[in-house]
Amino acid sequence: MKIKLNIWKQANPKAKGRFEKYELDGVDPEMSFLEMLDSLNEKLIKEGKDAVAFDHDCHEAICGCCSLYINGRPHGPGEEVATCQVHMRAFKDGETITVEPWRAKGFPVLKDLIVDRNAFDKIMSAGGFVSIDAGQAPDANSILVSKVDADKAFDAAACIGCGACVAACKNSSAMLFVAAKVSQLALLPQGKVEAKRRALNMVAKMDELGFGSCTNTGACEVECPKGIGIDFIAKLNREYLCASFGEAE
Amino acid sequence: MSKFFTSSIGQKFFMSITGLFLMMFLVVHLTVNSLLLFGDGELFNVAANWMSSNPIMKVIEPILALGFIVHIIYAGYITLKNQMARPTGYKVSNKTKASWASKNMFILGGLVLIFMVIHLANFFWKIKFGTVDTIMVNGEELHDVYGLVAGLFKGWWWYDALYILGAIFLFLHLTHGFWSAFQTIGWDNDKWLGRLKVISYIYAIVIAGGFAFIPLYFLVKYIV
Ligand code: SF4
Repeated sequence: MKIKLNIWKQANPKAKGRFEKYELDGVDPEMSFLEMLDSLNEKLIKEGKDAVAFDHDCHEAICGCCSLYINGRPHGPGEEVATCQVHMRAFKDGETITVEPWRAKGFPVLKDLIVDRNAFDKIMSAGGFVSIDAGQAPDANSILVSKVDADKAFDAAACIGCGACVAACKNSSAMLFVAAKVSQLALLPQGKVEAKRRALNMVAKMDELGFGSCTNTGACEVECPKGIGIDFIAKLNREYLCASFGEAE
Repeated sequence: MSKFFTSSIGQKFFMSITGLFLMMFLVVHLTVNSLLLFGDGELFNVAANWMSSNPIMKVIEPILALGFIVHIIYAGYITLKNQMARPTGYKVSNKTKASWASKNMFILGGLVLIFMVIHLANFFWKIKFGTVDTIMVNGEELHDVYGLVAGLFKGWWWYDALYILGAIFLFLHLTHGFWSAFQTIGWDNDKWLGRLKVISYIYAIVIAGGFAFIPLYFLVKYIV
């Protein structure tokens, strides 16, 4: 198949940037979207032109690197997929595909389609961990965790930190990400000890880095490749309120 | 604790509790208004006069006004801050499926506010400071609020249209506002999320439908 591409090009964080038009022939419908971009880059390099810079690593929706806003949707068409799981069969022959980087104050563009998602690492450093050495995997029955909590914590832990929730949100809110990280630990005994401090510090960092607030549109959960639901945001709100009004730790 | 008031969740918390408070007010407001539909207005007149004169309402009135003001000011501030969180927009506008009302709460709220100003000028202002005819009920002199309402809705059809339009904006605002308020105070989970959205619609239909029914009732009564 033949496709037309409209891709954001920006030389560096300070440069102005613009959309560049490309045409690519002989695209296999079974190609992944990232393979298609690879073949575009091969062609551009052969022609002596500047290749398109984009983020990717594992190609199996685990690393959370790939981050493209394709035709108005973070991670492109399809439900619960990361960009690396999008295939060219999802598009029509001759279609024009517009590819943009995540847009948010907290995610400045580094080059072309690559944004700096260091903000998420900073939020994690503010409290997304357990301070003590949790040691080896304990004996299954030494710390009792209900199946419900274990399942919920596991669901939350599926977050790969891709940032699609921020990209989809009209407020560029990072609440789904923070909710997943806070909930994952708050649901388990090892994480409960620091739950208050964690919720307060991670939310404070999120605000400081310029992410917006949550107005419950639910756009984030629609685009999350890992199906993290906004019920976790309710849990984060609960954790945060209890930590704010509760006793000091 | 002090950080709570300036945090993003803290600000949303105030939106939420003022919203819940205003939604309770709507229930009271509609309950009193529903008396317009019974009898020749005597019942409504007694209720309306009681509402505007008893001491409890004198205390509640400024609290209610404060509820509105906090809700409106926070809405403006949060919306502005949220817009600043995306300095460069997308070329292709977002195609993610999300309810229209949820994405346009500020605009819907603004429209409800415009309606409210007209509404206050129509009734509240006149009753409070203006010239409303008085009638005698059981030997007591009362403002004829029923006459004021009936006169407005019978006399000018565009007022009926305006009040129905106001109810539509309110309906949309409430479909999102109701469940969203519970979500923001953390009173929600995977089980209740769906249920609260259903209750939201029921609440919005009853409240907005009720308010829209009143001008319709007078319009039909007038034509027939
Ligand atoms: S919550 Fe979902 S969309 Fe957001 S960073 Fe985690 S995996 Fe990505």
